[in-house]
Amino acid sequence: MESSNTIIIKGLYKRFPVGKGEFTALSDINLNFAQGEFTGLIGPSGSGKTTLLNILGSLDVPSEGEALVLGNSIGKLTTHEAANLRKVSLGFIFQSYNLLAVHTVYENVEFPLLLLKLSATERHKMVMDALEWVGLTDKIKSKPPQLSGGQCQRVAIARAMVKKPSLVLADEPTANLDAANSHHILKTMETLNRELKTTFVFATHDDKVISYLRRKVYLLDGRIDKVEVIHPNS
Amino acid sequence: MKLALKLAYRNLMGAGLRTWLNVIVLSFSFVIIIWLKGVMTGWDHQAKTDMTNWEIGGGQYWHSTYDPFDPFTITDSHAPIPDELKKREEAGEIVPMLLVQGAIFPEGRMMPVTIRGVNPSQNILHLPVKELITNDGTIAAIIGSQMAKVSQLKEGDYVTLRWRDANGTFDATDVLICHVFSTNVPSVDLGQIYIPLSTLQEFALLPGEATLITLKNAEESATEYPGWVYKSKEELTRQVDEMIKTKSAGQTVIYAILLLLAMLAIFDTQVLSIFRRQREIGTYVALGYTRQQVVGLFTVEGSMNALLAALLSAAYGIPFLAWQAKAGWTMPIDTSEFGMAIAQTLYPVYSLGLVAGTVAIITITTAIVSYLPSRKIAKMNPTDALRGKLQ
Repeated sequence: MESSNTIIIKGLYKRFPVGKGEFTALSDINLNFAQGEFTGLIGPSGSGKTTLLNILGSLDVPSEGEALVLGNSIGKLTTHEAANLRKVSLGFIFQSYNLLAVHTVYENVEFPLLLLKLSATERHKMVMDALEWVGLTDKIKSKPPQLSGGQCQRVAIARAMVKKPSLVLADEPTANLDAANSHHILKTMETLNRELKTTFVFATHDDKVISYLRRKVYLLDGRIDKVEVIHPNS
Repeated sequence: MKLALKLAYRNLMGAGLRTWLNVIVLSFSFVIIIWLKGVMTGWDHQAKTDMTNWEIGGGQYWHSTYDPFDPFTITDSHAPIPDELKKREEAGEIVPMLLVQGAIFPEGRMMPVTIRGVNPSQNILHLPVKELITNDGTIAAIIGSQMAKVSQLKEGDYVTLRWRDANGTFDATDVLICHVFSTNVPSVDLGQIYIPLSTLQEFALLPGEATLITLKNAEESATEYPGWVYKSKEELTRQVDEMIKTKSAGQTVIYAILLLLAMLAIFDTQVLSIFRRQREIGTYVALGYTRQQVVGLFTVEGSMNALLAALLSAAYGIPFLAWQAKAGWTMPIDTSEFGMAIAQTLYPVYSLGLVAGTVAIITITTAIVSYLPSRKIAKMNPTDALRGKLQ
């Protein structure tokens, strides 16, 4: 059963030094995420959802316990191995998009493929496919400052999805968007999840996002409060 | 590396005006540093060239007792011009000069001078001695502009000139200041008055004699003449060379200060740029960049900035520097009171070493000042970088 899981978290703790003491952001987290899940970490600010997402994204390491992502123990990875994991298998979507402002839409989406050293032809096809998924093929020459918030987030989704990663981590992806744009974005991600079998893990407290999730992991003060699974027929 | 070059190029081109402002400012550093160093080198060259043109030609024969630093030696420093050299004078290959101690009396004040007798038909030295040719029997004299200033003489003035002849007898006459010339060589200007050689030989009762004989061209193996000592051009310009060496140290300091200022400007720009781009750096890391790759990207970006600046500098700098080398830079104020030999118009001289060295130093410096802050920021926790959290 465990081998089909994209993410396995066992007894995970994360502590940050604060002054002379420590602040425990995550306590005794035990979770599994299967391949193709569309799931979310839900909780108020300070509940530890972004911290957990950062650990899953190998941007941070656990203080105790283990987080296995696609078979890689995050705490044991070297910086090069962690970078390689992010480069090959992970996609990130950020609340504030984090697009490269001086690059065009096309260049932003192409960026992860440059790191993978794909040929120009392959890159072009993959970028155009990704932009088609998010409906932005007409904006390839635009730069992020020329786009609306919704369009920027769609570019960010295309960038996260272009290399067809196994896991996409989305941190408050709709926080800066209005309701219509949020639904559009979420539908896009849901479709990609269904078609590409990509695992999506969200960190959110937005009801609009929550309504799309098929599994909801509620965090409170760094602990798992409850887990809800929405059955397809419900 | 290829990826870093590609991304750095995209980043620079994408940043548009910001990039070009940086590049323009940096290119000014290139051009100004090269130009200023060129002016200083040109000044040195000019000092030596002017000395050659106005005073020493291709080398000189000195009377064996002549010592320019001891005025008392002048009285006895004269001898007949060797016959072989006389022939060369007729061919325009040498110019003899007789020096006699004397005094002038402008407005009744006595002023010691060295009277220099020069053949008005000579073409070797830049001295405008042709002005000494008169048809009405007037004894004409020329002086330098500094001498004119000190003595308050001007063209058309008559001044009483007194000298002692070979028998020790004082004599005097009025001479006409027919021309005031301008030169950057103080030793041919201050305290000197020029009259025709034949006139001075007659006054001093020293017919056919001279103190110095200046050659048109440098001699590979100079003939020895009894009573005369050959001084090569290198020997005569040794003092200027020493002065240039001494000045070079000062010039290097100025050059270093200018480079330091340019470096500080680049450093500030890079630090500001890199620290403003923390979130971007976090994004690179999140997308799979290693810290080394981030540092590499920013270092390449900084270096590319410098290379673009070098190209831009070449575009407008080469024509500007070439024009300056030809037209020279005329000092906006009168340089005659600077207390040192400096031309009113300086002609910059650039060497390949200066241009290549400056470009290399600024490019390397830019790479270093791009590397240092990016190394610091790349050490940041990527989660902090992504939030743009200032350190």
